[in-house]
Amino acid sequence: MQGSTIDPAQTVLNYHHTESAATHHHEHPDFRVMGIIVFLVAEGMIFLGLFMAYLTFRAVAPTWPPEGTPELELLLPGVNTVILISSSFVIHNAEPAIKSNDVKGLQKWFAITAAMGAIFLVGQLYEYFHLEFGLTSNLFASTFYVLTGFHGLHVLFGLILILAVLCDRANPGITPTPNTSASKLLRSTGTSSMSSGFSCLSCSIC
Amino acid sequence: MTQAQLQETANLPAHSPEPGGTNWRTYFTFSTDHKVIGIQYLVTTFFFYLVGGALATAVRTELATPESDFVSREVYNGLFTVHATVMIFLWIVPAVTGGFGNFLVPLLIGARDMAFPRLNALAFWMIPPAGILLLCSFFVGSPGAGWTSYPPLSLTYDKAGEAIWILSVLVLGTSSIMAAVNFIVTIFMMRVPGMTLNRMPLFCWAMLATSALALLGTPVLAGALILLAFDLIVGTAFFNPTGGGDPVVYQHMFWFYSHPAVYIMILPVFGMISEILPVHARKPIFGYKAIAYSSIAISFLGLIVWAHHMFTSGTPPWLRMFFMINTMIIAVPTGIKVFSWLATIWGGKLRLNSAMLFAMGFISMFVIGGISGVMVASVPFDIHVHDTYFIVAHIHYVLFGGSVFGMYAGLYHWFPKMTGR
Repeated sequence: MQGSTIDPAQTVLNYHHTESAATHHHEHPDFRVMGIIVFLVAEGMIFLGLFMAYLTFRAVAPTWPPEGTPELELLLPGVNTVILISSSFVIHNAEPAIKSNDVKGLQKWFAITAAMGAIFLVGQLYEYFHLEFGLTSNLFASTFYVLTGFHGLHVLFGLILILAVLCDRANPGITPTPNTSASKLLRSTGTSSMSSGFSCLSCSIC
Repeated sequence: MTQAQLQETANLPAHSPEPGGTNWRTYFTFSTDHKVIGIQYLVTTFFFYLVGGALATAVRTELATPESDFVSREVYNGLFTVHATVMIFLWIVPAVTGGFGNFLVPLLIGARDMAFPRLNALAFWMIPPAGILLLCSFFVGSPGAGWTSYPPLSLTYDKAGEAIWILSVLVLGTSSIMAAVNFIVTIFMMRVPGMTLNRMPLFCWAMLATSALALLGTPVLAGALILLAFDLIVGTAFFNPTGGGDPVVYQHMFWFYSHPAVYIMILPVFGMISEILPVHARKPIFGYKAIAYSSIAISFLGLIVWAHHMFTSGTPPWLRMFFMINTMIIAVPTGIKVFSWLATIWGGKLRLNSAMLFAMGFISMFVIGGISGVMVASVPFDIHVHDTYFIVAHIHYVLFGGSVFGMYAGLYHWFPKMTGR
């Protein structure tokens, strides 16, 4: 940096790189929101790739689902879908709570969201154990398990993120302030559960 | 401003993470400093480059006589498979993005570091284990289906080697996605005030275009490899026609990543050449905006040409036509770059040092690779040369005469900056 014409006070400091940066924390944007959004694009591409594979298998196959595939039950997955999509609206209730410094409110809405996610996963596992076909039964069964399994992993990951925020907030050493990284993280987990909702929706449509 | 004042204003900790302020041991740790990580990438990938070169030497030695007298047939297949995988996933991709990108991008845009330094370090430290894992596959029966690992061929080979290959490429892909997220956020959010996108150095434009490709393409490759792993290990039939599956679906998913991967390997090098030529020709770059936007155009077009690798895979004629035309259109933004470089050199006071010679070598070799690329883009020609040495030569002109020459130019050009010598 010797001889640099850049004023060091004007460079964008990184918030978790050095201790000194922490003192400037309020002055520069939090990159995590954008990081999460960019990551979600990548995650979306995995689902897009798998869906395209599924749609091609389906388009090429003479009969779909292949003969001998048992009928899928629709009630439990339907209820599950409603629970999961509702959870993305539930988590948005936590946003005003965190902006008004309401730790209890935040914990309440996050806990409800986490519970809804957990119910979805338990429901999916129940469905897996009671289906009449296995992973290798036929192409339909394989794509069914891989796509829903991948989506289940995605929900599980979101659930772990929500629980991580919840545990972090439960730590008395940290007090939430408006526009902290937690509220940004909240928004991004909201986005993530929203995208779970969409992929689940498209799952049930197919 | 002196170094001492700068230290004071920036209030750096006593143990500055800058190279020079640190000893060599830093380079073997989980460092979060972008310059250390850049050097870590360059040194590690250069090691794998030598390994890949040794594998190629073994391939050529075996081909010296018609008999299989140097290695067995299985090992030979493993040699060229691992050679390609090492050169692509462990040398060119991580060296141009992780190596040069990490070292240069924050410096060029005036940022202190990358947006996510710990993610950056994690992305680097996934590379050595994945590389060692890949090389270890020789001990359990090497993957022998080529770097494309087309099913059903890849499903008939040694399961262990093929599974190790899949795992290794998945880990390297994850690392690549992490790096891409980091570059996109860094370039969009951390430019020094006053540096608008249109004032950004051309290498940063190239890294932006590259990161977009890695972000959009790599997850689809991951999807394909996961399905392939299910076929290989669990016995599903996604790509197995006997169970109703379709091997062509794998080819589509694979090339949806692997064609953009060619641009991931060459775009940062285009960016480096655009930085190096004006310096050694002692003239400003010709056509800044044209070069910058052509990187974005190549990135966009690169995503919609993948099936030109599949003209012989029973692709319907209208699809062949679509991909043939798209592929040929890529020659336009690429040509814009080449002519802008020539115009930059034109009338300059050239300093013919090593960096400049490699940069000019890059242009001539890459033009041969590019023109043979237009030839193989045409369906009637490609059907005859598909899977022949013509294609092998084309890819090596682009990747060796292109990417590797450009990297040498970059190494010579920035070596004083990197080492202080």
